[in-house]
Amino acid sequence: MIISNSFATLGRYCMFMGRVFTLPDKWRVSGKRFVNEVAKLGLDSIPLVVVISLFIGAVIAIQMQINIVSPLVPSYSVGLATRDIVLLEFSNSILCLILAGKVGSNIASEIGTMRVTEQIDALEIMGVNSCNFLVLPKVSAFIFFMPFLVIISIFSAFIGGAAVALFTDIIPMSRYIYGLQALFIEWYVWYGLIKSLVFAFIIASVASYFGYYVKGGALQVGRASTNAVVCSSILILLFDVLLTKLLLQ
Amino acid sequence: MIEIKDITKSFDGRTVLHGISATFHEGKTNLIIGQSGSGKTVLMKSLVGLMRPEHGEILFDGRDTMKMDADQMKDLRKEMGMLFQGSALFDSETVLGNVMFPLVMFTKMTTAEARDRAMFCLERVNLQGAENKYPAEVSGGMQKRVAIARAIALNPKYLFCDEPNSGLDPKTSILIDELLSDITHEYGMTTVINTHDMNSVLGIGENIIFINKGYREWVGNMNEIYTTSNEALNDFVFATRLFQEVKDYVVSNEKRHK
Repeated sequence: MIISNSFATLGRYCMFMGRVFTLPDKWRVSGKRFVNEVAKLGLDSIPLVVVISLFIGAVIAIQMQINIVSPLVPSYSVGLATRDIVLLEFSNSILCLILAGKVGSNIASEIGTMRVTEQIDALEIMGVNSCNFLVLPKVSAFIFFMPFLVIISIFSAFIGGAAVALFTDIIPMSRYIYGLQALFIEWYVWYGLIKSLVFAFIIASVASYFGYYVKGGALQVGRASTNAVVCSSILILLFDVLLTKLLLQ
Repeated sequence: MIEIKDITKSFDGRTVLHGISATFHEGKTNLIIGQSGSGKTVLMKSLVGLMRPEHGEILFDGRDTMKMDADQMKDLRKEMGMLFQGSALFDSETVLGNVMFPLVMFTKMTTAEARDRAMFCLERVNLQGAENKYPAEVSGGMQKRVAIARAIALNPKYLFCDEPNSGLDPKTSILIDELLSDITHEYGMTTVINTHDMNSVLGIGENIIFINKGYREWVGNMNEIYTTSNEALNDFVFATRLFQEVKDYVVSNEKRHK
């Protein structure tokens, strides 16, 4: 029963995506919506990304210092470990799990409310492809802006670690900066960016799907919003494993 | 003109519409009436293509929507306007933006031309001065009028209204009814109104189709409804004492004239 339901949901999601990825009725209108979505989903997420990344960067630096207590380990390891954790996992996967909560619930509740208030029916009656009109600008805008969020997150986390070096005496600033630069592997940055693009697609498309097929009222919109966050979080974790295996090994 | 022939629709094995046939005339206000759960909303959604009946024909001036592909249906929808029960205005757009929406999407009008046309439609529904407000900032009656303005913006051949009076006070309901009736006659549209408001039935019902438990039970107009012998229709329309007294008055008046 669960397996057949899962396949039915997957099939419906694929058909939904088929309707989303068609040519827009009016490029000018879609372009305008794309810009609005970049502002709403991307720019509005910057404060959250910066705050979280600053604090997590600081915490990672402190924890590395506490756990790497050995005369055999050089002091710059704190900076190096902070950098690699941020590049490999925090600024893409963990950040996207956080954004799945903020952006995913926003998208699902917005589209779900449009469904229960018959705004989507109104679009369909007018002959507008509502999937394409509502969802494509959101998905494309979020994918477009995600790399900027990842880069902002990386630098914010580094600044958080630097603040620990600056305001405490657990690691000298010069050692921390040296650690950030030491043994740098450029591919880690690309790996993080590639993962974030996949996660951005998952967050925006899964949330849109759950919102689009809401039936009922406010209670069901809330439930769809929760389901969207849960489902996209699980998919992010699943694809994190797959992409890590594919891209790093 | 819209004709439906032998429309049947079921949900989970339960038949909601049983072989309904009817004609909705051009230039007239056609009313679908019936109790809650009688199947009138399903019939309306089948008419506009939001639901697909299992059986039957839906002919828009001879064009059968049941045989249309997606592109043909999309073209036909440009000839339709619809007023939803809850108005279904776009929250993120202003009143003017809502009315301009179909013009921007489906015509080659410049922004200035679309704005002029939208302002004309807003004036037609007596909403001049409200164009820069958002739907949440105007009353329920005004929202309905914005929805009517949006529905007529493309000058549609067919106008569908799903319970246009729900949630409105009696005076505003009458205004909405008069507006719908006026624009139907003015533009020669085929207007189909789904309602259980008795003021609408007795005030603007030029062609009334009564649906009862999924069956088409009666067809007539607002004058014929007073003298109907159909028990279910009598029970439905003249359920209150006030409407029963109106009926008695009209019938006795007619007898006196004869």
